[in-house]
Amino acid sequence: MAKAKFNIVLSTCIPVAIDNCNTDLIIPARYLASTTRDPKFFGDAFMHDLRYDSEGKPVADFVMNRPEFSEAPHEGVHEIIVAGQNWGSGSSREHAAWAIAGYGVRVVISSSFADIHRNNLLNCFVLPVVVSTDFQQELFRTIAANPQAKVKVDVPNQTVTNMETGHSEHFEINGYKKYCLMNALDDIDFLLENRDKIEEYENR
Amino acid sequence: MGLSLFEKIWRGHVVQEVTDGPTQLYIDRLYAHEVTSPQAFDTLRDKGIKVFRPEKVIAMPDHNTPSDQQEVIHDPVGRKQVETLKRNCEEFGIRHFAMGTKDNGIIHVVGPEKALSLPGMTIVCGDSHTSTHGAVGALAMGIGTSEVAEVLASQCILQQKPKSMRINVEGKLQPGVTAKDVALYIMAQLTTSGATGYVVEYAGSTIRNLSMEGRLTLSNLSIEMGSRAGIIAPDDTTFAYLKGREYAPKGEAWDKAVEQWRQLRSDDDAVFDSEVTFRAEDIKPRITYGTNPGAGIAVDEAIPALEDIAEAERNGFLAQLDYMQFKPGEKLEGKPVDYCFLGACTNGRIEDFRAFASVVKGRRKADNVVAWLVPGSWLVRQQIIDEGIDKVLEAAGFELRLPSCSACLAMNPDKVPAGKLAISTSNRNFVGRQGPGARTVLASPLTVAASAVTGVITDPRKLK
Repeated sequence: MAKAKFNIVLSTCIPVAIDNCNTDLIIPARYLASTTRDPKFFGDAFMHDLRYDSEGKPVADFVMNRPEFSEAPHEGVHEIIVAGQNWGSGSSREHAAWAIAGYGVRVVISSSFADIHRNNLLNCFVLPVVVSTDFQQELFRTIAANPQAKVKVDVPNQTVTNMETGHSEHFEINGYKKYCLMNALDDIDFLLENRDKIEEYENR
Repeated sequence: MGLSLFEKIWRGHVVQEVTDGPTQLYIDRLYAHEVTSPQAFDTLRDKGIKVFRPEKVIAMPDHNTPSDQQEVIHDPVGRKQVETLKRNCEEFGIRHFAMGTKDNGIIHVVGPEKALSLPGMTIVCGDSHTSTHGAVGALAMGIGTSEVAEVLASQCILQQKPKSMRINVEGKLQPGVTAKDVALYIMAQLTTSGATGYVVEYAGSTIRNLSMEGRLTLSNLSIEMGSRAGIIAPDDTTFAYLKGREYAPKGEAWDKAVEQWRQLRSDDDAVFDSEVTFRAEDIKPRITYGTNPGAGIAVDEAIPALEDIAEAERNGFLAQLDYMQFKPGEKLEGKPVDYCFLGACTNGRIEDFRAFASVVKGRRKADNVVAWLVPGSWLVRQQIIDEGIDKVLEAAGFELRLPSCSACLAMNPDKVPAGKLAISTSNRNFVGRQGPGARTVLASPLTVAASAVTGVITDPRKLK
């Protein structure tokens, strides 16, 4: 998956106000049989069965198909999803994170994430941002009133700001992972550099 | 202050604490299946590295495997994925249990039954139901494909340490109530995110009295309430189950292992971040009515009325019922079912087939029902045949299929058609889980069996 160094993301948002949205919804199982790593393949499958009906026609009233939210993400536009609580529950499929990244989203904001999916997002360089339920609901209201409203996610300062209201919240991320995101570094590289410690453990 | 079982296993596997970061945890066993591993092997190829400890990795296909025949996978995409796993295992020197061979089956059924999963181990797999292996007293967690690559490359993962929760269940289960019902009951009380951020330990007299198969079912469903893992302290039930199995330690090594495993229990003064207790007598056979496993009721109860649902949750509640074609306040008992599925990593073990057979013996499958009875492994299938259970099933109009994940997740030919209602022993009733538009009611093998012979959702306790 493509890696871009994180600093500040300032963008309009797609509101996906579905609580307990499981990874089967984020990407249906039939897309999991592929052995590809093509971001477009997974991006096209993102929320597929909510975006399209059984004949492949776009479902007009699904949020991602509404004219104000249908533009594909690019810098400053739709790079952020504001999601319902318990986002990414169920299956551990990293394909769900590939779908979100492949679609072009860089940040998912929610009041809570399922554990495995949150790790998967981080490993795919999509930042999961946990905010209070009040802040999440305010974002939904702001975006409903003005789909052009922007949200700023400042990784160095660990703040997320509703640019319409000026309200801001601090979000948690550990120093190690923050460094990885800001420098486009993978966990696997860290582990490979620490093989001596692993062998030491094995010989204990 | 005493330590919890989780804490003991965790501490024993810390390679290092990363400064202002996660813990680097050593992994004793990696299981790999065809769906979540190909891109991980690609990562190793990109980096030009080998598998660090190939002897600690076991691979087998299960998700794409057909249950009617296993000569060929007709879907070219699924076939390629299964072939890719085999090729990757050959290239990287990993033990591979090929489709259609006696070693194969669903990874979470095969691991414990071959004693590849042992007490005190850390176990991971690119599959959320890896929590199953916690039933033998291991710390077993589902991971993503990037983490599969990490384990292949280093036998480690980086994890933020979860919090600890103990769920106690006390008392004697009523007749007709199984481990599946216990799990569905707990989930309905705690919700599908009630244990997010936690590793759960199951304890109490009810859990102690569960068979190993029952415990595997319970641990399997831990992920459905968001838990990172579901551990059960090993005891004589565990040791009796593991002893003599293919990869279990033998002779003196076995005795020594058991001696160590007996230490694997939470200290009496262990403190948990959260603790809840349930009473076995409150648990009846369960079914689900919604599109998450926490949306459940006792089989003889009605779906909640709209006014019983918190206002903020009403839209979600109605959306679930709309998909399921059910109404608030409606009873589901007596509703016609189209499909019955016995199997999956949740309920694909010998005890589940014994339970199902005990209900259908001397009865006939209802004509309106398509039934898929799918053992979780070739070992389970052989045991079914050895015990003559297949004959009981056949006499009742049922057919025993071949080991596979089958109708659990719509990745092989066993898909429930759009609009059809399935009563299923699997683990997820999500929108489209068993096939686009398919409607799923989760239940125990006893409830599925009772429904399969009546053709309607049936309380197994009431079957005449």
